[in-house]
Amino acid sequence: MGDLSEFSLPLQVFLRGYPWRRIDPVPWTPIVRPLAESRLAVVSSAGFILPDQAPFDDRMRGGDPSFREIPADADARALADAHRSESFDHRPMRDDPNVAFPIDRVRELRAAGRIGSVAPRHLSFMGSITAPARLIRETAPEAARLLVGDRVDTALLVPV
Amino acid sequence: MCNQAVGLVAAELERQGIATVTIQLLRFVAERVRPPRALCVPFPHGRPLDAPGDKERQLAVIEAALALLEEREARPPLLVEWAPAGAPRRSPGMRGLSTR
Repeated sequence: MGDLSEFSLPLQVFLRGYPWRRIDPVPWTPIVRPLAESRLAVVSSAGFILPDQAPFDDRMRGGDPSFREIPADADARALADAHRSESFDHRPMRDDPNVAFPIDRVRELRAAGRIGSVAPRHLSFMGSITAPARLIRETAPEAARLLVGDRVDTALLVPV
Repeated sequence: MCNQAVGLVAAELERQGIATVTIQLLRFVAERVRPPRALCVPFPHGRPLDAPGDKERQLAVIEAALALLEEREARPPLLVEWAPAGAPRRSPGMRGLSTR
């Protein structure tokens, strides 16, 4: 569970040799107000799209670093799995997108007063990106600017 | 790859002033990529918040993640391994590799 043994041997070999991108220095933003007064966004790399959105481009070498905007009031059942990886079981997140994109759960946290507000939009990436230069240089900064514009204080990031 | 992708996005959000917490499914990747705040969970890829349809479990994972945001004395990178009560904690993801 949750370690390399869940993958095929060739994939394990690949992951052992892969040059993971080390974040250095590690940036750090402390929370400035209690979560009960903070605005939270979800950023998932589960590759979900809404029916009217273009799928991620499976042919892009190194992985498609683009993202889709998911309105906070979207119906979880409308989220469609467009993740290209065949290295994990897609059925759980197709049965319940909240397991990788907890859009209903954050609304419940807002209703319970645990967080102050839900961001007007969440962001959906497709995380199978082996060559992340464009992600680092272009799309992650663009995503951050959007959330800053939405006055987001905190973000929950969920891989798949 | 998903673990790295969200870590890299988290770093950019932090650079622009948004506090983040990142779920991680492979501890050895979290140790190498170093997202600012990482909650390592013992669930397989494809179900980072564990069981589909289990709202309480999903909320428990999210709550554990939010708790990292509230650790005001913490310094980056913060890596916390978490498992639901009663579940075995797994060992670090890959034997034979340094965890540094």
